[in-house]
Amino acid sequence: MIDSTPALIEAVATADSAKALLAAVEALAARQDPLAIPTLIAVLGYNNPGAAVAAVEGLVALGEPVIPQLLEQIDTYNYGARAWAVRVFARIGDPCALDLLIDSALNDFSQSVRRAAAKGLGNILWHKLPQTEVASTQERVFTTLVQILSDGEWVVRYAAIVGLESLALTSEYLVPKVIVQLETMAATESDSTLRARIALALQKVVNHIKFGERGRGEG
Amino acid sequence: MEEENYQDIQLTVETAIANLQQQEDLGQRYYAAWWLGRFRVKESRAITALIMALEDEEDRAPDGGYPLRRNAARALGKLGDKQAVEPLIRCLSFPDYYVREAAAQALEMLQDPRAITPLSKLLEGGLAAAQTVPGKPHLVQPYEAIIEALGGLKATSAITKCREAIALIEPFLEHFLPKVKYAAAKAMYQLTQNPVYGELLIKALSGDELQLRRSALMDLGASGYLPGAEAIATTLAENSLKLMALKGLLEHQLNQDSSITEETIRLMDLMDGLL
Repeated sequence: MIDSTPALIEAVATADSAKALLAAVEALAARQDPLAIPTLIAVLGYNNPGAAVAAVEGLVALGEPVIPQLLEQIDTYNYGARAWAVRVFARIGDPCALDLLIDSALNDFSQSVRRAAAKGLGNILWHKLPQTEVASTQERVFTTLVQILSDGEWVVRYAAIVGLESLALTSEYLVPKVIVQLETMAATESDSTLRARIALALQKVVNHIKFGERGRGEG
Repeated sequence: MEEENYQDIQLTVETAIANLQQQEDLGQRYYAAWWLGRFRVKESRAITALIMALEDEEDRAPDGGYPLRRNAARALGKLGDKQAVEPLIRCLSFPDYYVREAAAQALEMLQDPRAITPLSKLLEGGLAAAQTVPGKPHLVQPYEAIIEALGGLKATSAITKCREAIALIEPFLEHFLPKVKYAAAKAMYQLTQNPVYGELLIKALSGDELQLRRSALMDLGASGYLPGAEAIATTLAENSLKLMALKGLLEHQLNQDSSITEETIRLMDLMDGLL
């Protein structure tokens, strides 16, 4: 039974099949040891979707300590690795990665990256920013999400609605502006799925103001 | 993505119709037929020109097929004009397999009950007849498209026609090609609302081959079988496909009742989790 982190790292490095790699990455991810971070980041560049998903889960679970290392390593990486990294940033929500998330949500060619980034923009850990920067940064995220509401892919628009909903739930002063944007979109959007998601977002946001934390706002 | 290659070619409705009607440049005719469908040109001149193109004899592929007819049939499905129903029904007896396939798909989109009997006829002979054509990569008939069309035409069909179709589709649950099997399970669920068929698709989601899981995923999404939602969300496939399948279930619900309900919230929660 392998159980030390270095042994698990070694198992990832020497895996000789896709299946063995997946098993090794899952074991390493499950260990939740910050020492595993560089190895898990490296796996994002292996062009092996199964292993990358496991590595993303491991990195997300490790949380904030991952961010500086991932930011440092990402630029020299290939596109695939960058796309997986965006998903990690989106899930952790550290404001250090905000510029990258905004750029990815607006400009990435892959809809799966744009949608992950758009959702992530609604989940930023605002307490990690200096109090003086919070309002202006939230405003910037809001403006970005509004732009993404007109993405050509339904699923990215869907993610932008989810992002705006989450943003409104964490930033009360944006609530009226979010409501106006969602209502404007509802009036012109022809896709029934998106209209339903807008209706749900409006319901959650309005309930949140009415009933505060007792509402069903945290869904 | 074949469509992307054409983005730089600018056409107008006028030139597209003219290109389709001329006889010199076969490539331009082929492209114009696609373009009219892609940009949903519903003018009657476009419909007339496309219906004419269904009988084209000029444009022949090396395999003996009729490329222009195939594209014209696909376009007519997208344009929603019922004038195309009878001409497309005639296409079901044409010699080119891919014309028949495109016509079956187009007839499903046009949602006209006149198509049910002619489509059902192609299933006669059942499993015994539904074999691969020697030397070709396809079966005798485009069974998947035919069965899907019959399932999709349910809303507009009379009860007796429905029963006939059910009896003809049921044997295909045992077809040797999984994709045909899944199409039959989806159609049987659409036609009978019996959860047994929805469960067949859920079972297919745990199969070994990714391609087949993808196929079952799309069929389950299109079936409207609501208890399949969690199975869709947890199967091993790309989130993009799962999101599309869940969107299918959601749209099915919203078609019946556009308000926000416990069921639609459950579907959207699953979708949120896959972003």
